[in-house]
Amino acid sequence: MVPLTEDTPRLDVDGLLADPSTRIIVCCGAGGVGKTTTAAALGVRAAEVHGRRTVVLTIDPARRLAQSMGLSELDNTPRQVKGIDAENGGELHAMMLDMKRTFDEVVQQHTTPQRAAEIFANPFYQAMSSTFSGTQEYMAMEKLGQLRATDEWDLIVVDTPPSRSALDFLDAPARLSRFLDGRMLRLLLAPARSGKSMFSLVTASFGLFSRAVQKVLGAQLLTDLSGFVSALDSMFGGFRHRADETYRILQDPQTAFLLVAAPERDAVREAAYFAERLVAERMPLAGLVLNRMHGSTAGELSAARSEQAAAALAATGEQTMTADALLVHAALMRQAEREVRVAETFTDSFPAVPTVSVTAQPADVHDVDGLRTIGALLVRLGDEA
Amino acid sequence: MGEHVSSNWPARLHVVTGKGGTGKTTVAAALALGLAATGRRTLLVEVESRQGIAQLFEVEPLPYQELRIAQAPGGGEVRALAIDPEEALLEYLDMFYHLGAAGRALRKVGAIDFATTIAPGLRDVLLTGKVKEATTRSQDGKRVYDAVVLDAPPTGRIGRFLNVTAETAKLAKVGPIKNQSEGVSSLLRSPITAVHVVTLLEEMPVQETLDAIAELKALNISVGRIIVNNARPALLAGGKVTKAELKRGLAEAGLPTDPTTVNGLATEAKAYLTRRELEESLRGELAEAGQPVIELPLLPGGIDRAALDELASSLMRA
Repeated sequence: MVPLTEDTPRLDVDGLLADPSTRIIVCCGAGGVGKTTTAAALGVRAAEVHGRRTVVLTIDPARRLAQSMGLSELDNTPRQVKGIDAENGGELHAMMLDMKRTFDEVVQQHTTPQRAAEIFANPFYQAMSSTFSGTQEYMAMEKLGQLRATDEWDLIVVDTPPSRSALDFLDAPARLSRFLDGRMLRLLLAPARSGKSMFSLVTASFGLFSRAVQKVLGAQLLTDLSGFVSALDSMFGGFRHRADETYRILQDPQTAFLLVAAPERDAVREAAYFAERLVAERMPLAGLVLNRMHGSTAGELSAARSEQAAAALAATGEQTMTADALLVHAALMRQAEREVRVAETFTDSFPAVPTVSVTAQPADVHDVDGLRTIGALLVRLGDEA
Repeated sequence: MGEHVSSNWPARLHVVTGKGGTGKTTVAAALALGLAATGRRTLLVEVESRQGIAQLFEVEPLPYQELRIAQAPGGGEVRALAIDPEEALLEYLDMFYHLGAAGRALRKVGAIDFATTIAPGLRDVLLTGKVKEATTRSQDGKRVYDAVVLDAPPTGRIGRFLNVTAETAKLAKVGPIKNQSEGVSSLLRSPITAVHVVTLLEEMPVQETLDAIAELKALNISVGRIIVNNARPALLAGGKVTKAELKRGLAEAGLPTDPTTVNGLATEAKAYLTRRELEESLRGELAEAGQPVIELPLLPGGIDRAALDELASSLMRA
């Protein structure tokens, strides 16, 4: 493995997992960087090596990975993962988020059964609970809050939703609770009255705006919205309170944010945005996991020298296997160099953030054994670098 | 370049999707450059507020304006546009309701953000509506763009993004939004449009590619090509690696034959073979989707303008 800059502190994953005061680990980063696999591997290691009663909350796992953990359906309940070594007294449970069901449960908790039935029947609620932008993020936070509140788990590992931007995870709950707070909705639904009493450009435009919305979307939508708002009326405080509560949990030192990235420009840039944001929000950033890094064990042999030798062998027409093996090696060396350069755009900006790089595996991980291997790579076992 | 090249990419609206991390923005940009090189006036559009195009071409963040971003040798050019849903809504309201200053006031109080957030699908209708407008726009009886390339949301969200009618029909039963979404819907289902899916030869992206194609076909949306990005050259055709032979080869090439080097190279070669076997079976799965497949080479130097041009010509040759 080609090391990153000498002075980049190494992320001590075992230390983090073993520490009883670590209660929540949030894995965040761009889509396609291996967040789910990282979260699952951390869960396996926490349970097996550190004997912790662990639950992994996944949002949208790959089918085969989900199956390997015994998650055959979205049922919103933690299920114990089979094949986990319990010698140290740990357990691993896993669950997949059911966004709609979580939302329904929140509604049920905050209102009477009759009101809840009204809300469930509203077409606006039906659309919003399954497609509202940010609902998935909000419900992931809600579920996290619920799991934490039971105090049943030593450690909760959360895999964040595949958002447009990793930052949505932090913003969506606030956006949704702002929306449900309904101030804007009320203005929208009662523009005529406010227009009479206060003559400002803003309220006047609201009347205009509401008429425009009515024209654009149709009156039915506003009627549905209105019904939705009055049905939700009793719950506004509850929603906001819960969103604030979860935000506070995230700021608590019992939580550790792990940025997950792959050595690609976009993914590393996203990790950098997220790091800035976590610092700004005073959220506990534990470190960066760089997945799918390439490296060579025959690193003394440079890419250029390998390519020259391969060309020379090719010219003789013999030893084609060695020539190809040298080309494979050269490509690997060049890829590793490029990856380190990309990763350094992060470590240069955040030199104090501890980092660990995980060697790319030849095949995808879809069983507990594979997760164990990733877990060992996360703590750099057998790595002398 | 002539008709032959153009006929490879007959659509006028090219929607490029793919799992996150597969390089769909790079491929979209390369496709736009390639189409421009065939003399087509091309617009490259992004809709996710990520400024991916600006970063790729190393220019300032794009405003809500169609700006020239590249000139192609054949006389064509690429303009780029980052569609912002708020701006699109204001533009839209202004077009139909002449909001003017009131619109700006609404933005100040956050109402526009609110409106694009409240109605699921409204945001997507505005974005796809703007894409349709650019695709069908004409001036003095001539089309403004010969080709539009859309760097679309990833495979996980592409069906919902493109299936605008269904999303808005849940909420808006009548009105201009409904009309607009119907216009978009028929454009996406016509031969003018092709949705191309970018993938890597890795399990998850291939799975998502197949899922997205099935989803789009079920929605009757025109699927174009599967574009395999970062394809590696086929080496070690014999499929076998032995340390003894490696050692002889290294000696012949005048390279060190110490155990570290020999074992290291053997391990790497075996990992390569494992990978290639997996890649072969993934190629097979992709072929079953029944769409034409193109492979773009992994470029060792990373992506700069020269690399984009190289990918562009690979795409046009395919």
